[in-house]
Amino acid sequence: MAVLLIAEHNNKELRPFTLNAATAASQIDTEVHALIIGHNSADAAKQLSELPIIKKVLTVEAAHYENFTAENFTPVIVKLAENYSHIVCSANTFGKNLMPRIAAHLDTSQVSDIIKVISPDTFLRPIYAGNAFATIKSNDAKKCVTIRPTSFDPCESTGGSASIEKIEAGEEFLNTKFIKREEIKSDRPELGTARIVVSGGRGMQSGDNFKLITEVADKLGAAIGASRAAVDAGYISNDHQVGQTGKVVVPDLYIAIGISGAIQHLAGMKESKIIVAINKDGEAPIFSVADYGLEADLFEAIPQFMEELNKLNTIQK
Amino acid sequence: MKILVAVKRVIDYNVQIRVKEDNSGIVTDNVKMSTNPPDDNAIEEAVKIKESGKATEVVAITVGEEKAQETVRKALAVGADRGIHVKAEGILEPLAVSKILQKIVEKEKPDLVFMGKQAIDDDCNQTGQMLSALLNWPQATFASKIDVKDNKLEVTREIDEGLETIEINVPAIVTCDLRLNEPRYASLPNIMKAKKKPIEEMAASDLGVDVSPRLEQLKVEEPPKRKAGIKVANVAELVQKLKNEAKVI
Repeated sequence: MAVLLIAEHNNKELRPFTLNAATAASQIDTEVHALIIGHNSADAAKQLSELPIIKKVLTVEAAHYENFTAENFTPVIVKLAENYSHIVCSANTFGKNLMPRIAAHLDTSQVSDIIKVISPDTFLRPIYAGNAFATIKSNDAKKCVTIRPTSFDPCESTGGSASIEKIEAGEEFLNTKFIKREEIKSDRPELGTARIVVSGGRGMQSGDNFKLITEVADKLGAAIGASRAAVDAGYISNDHQVGQTGKVVVPDLYIAIGISGAIQHLAGMKESKIIVAINKDGEAPIFSVADYGLEADLFEAIPQFMEELNKLNTIQK
Repeated sequence: MKILVAVKRVIDYNVQIRVKEDNSGIVTDNVKMSTNPPDDNAIEEAVKIKESGKATEVVAITVGEEKAQETVRKALAVGADRGIHVKAEGILEPLAVSKILQKIVEKEKPDLVFMGKQAIDDDCNQTGQMLSALLNWPQATFASKIDVKDNKLEVTREIDEGLETIEINVPAIVTCDLRLNEPRYASLPNIMKAKKKPIEEMAASDLGVDVSPRLEQLKVEEPPKRKAGIKVANVAELVQKLKNEAKVI
């Protein structure tokens, strides 16, 4: 039996992590079908059909799918599930909201947020904010699995030509109504996929001071992250939060400025390739994961950092 | 309106956990335990709604071993009216917990069920969604703001792209984000009073729910350690290292 990948998209195009989830799906079984549920999402479906890993695309279209409400998506997926051994999806807020609803209907114990496929029924996943890794074997006939996208490379996005099959829409769930979505638009790279992330913590002391982080990020073509303390203090909006309950990032370079490094923050960034910590407290736990630590007052260090960057002839973007 | 709030006992969020030497799990003996942090937010929100006059009763429930009752007692000390402790031993998967909660909901008939969005031990993030599936109720996950309007809730959800607002009809499930509110501390008089509040006890088997695990935890190990880094003397050295050694800028 094949694997069914639930695509994440915005009705116009695929969300990039769908490509990472597709890679994980293909490691479970080479027969990967992808399901796209949406409204006027034909372009995204076409994009999906071009992923060489995908053998077949299923599309379900209706107005009540426009806002990805789990209560509307679930019956469609549960019905299709009889043809599949695994249902998989990215473990971001879309998949985290949706997959357990499907799993409960299928009477399956879900395996959340896997970072490695060991075999079709055995997976590696972080527990305790990534302070331990558990190897989990699922004995359920059907397996519901969510995938930590940053732990898998994105698949090839062109060259495929999977068939696209239309599936009948399900009924609308009337007790949940979408009102609005406030997306924060930015010209910067997305936090989840950026090559460089510059993050600020409580040490920034104010939202105004966060413009220092912005300057560094602009100079490096980086995304902006933040600790939960900085978000809770109102310095920056929640979509920038990196950590156990925020986003998990794995950039080539993570620069933590004024972040002490609570366990919950480290959970979201310690797999980064190179970590830089700038903090005036030499005992701060962030230094235990930093490749390069600079013990300094950030309000002196950031202007100097900008000066040194300006001296460089070239900066990789 | 009656609100049922589910709380879980976990290793305290400040504890640096240790993996057992035989790789069978995490050391929990003599380790500080407390209520799962976002479950505290769930209790706080329910109590606030009651204080605003929009709810009549807040019932706290936990599922787990003998000592898990501490979390219910704590909920009673910050304003829950009574407690339920469903006793069960060993690893309880979210599917099993949601089936137990379903039985309790059928008996208690609450209008709302609140709980934290995720437990910080297994990091599963499943129970609320599973319970709403079993009950066929609406779900508002990752809630950072809740407005109660007659028989509806307007809930702001924390999503990857920013914020989403939905309206759900009661009865409904809400899973709470840490940003929902600032949980209060229990005062000493309230801790004393909580000792007199009733906690109903029952066994998971009394509810006819099979809680045996579906997943086998084959091994628990420490994640690979990062190699030790260095401290640089100044910003110039930092930039030079990033450019010429790490080659990332």
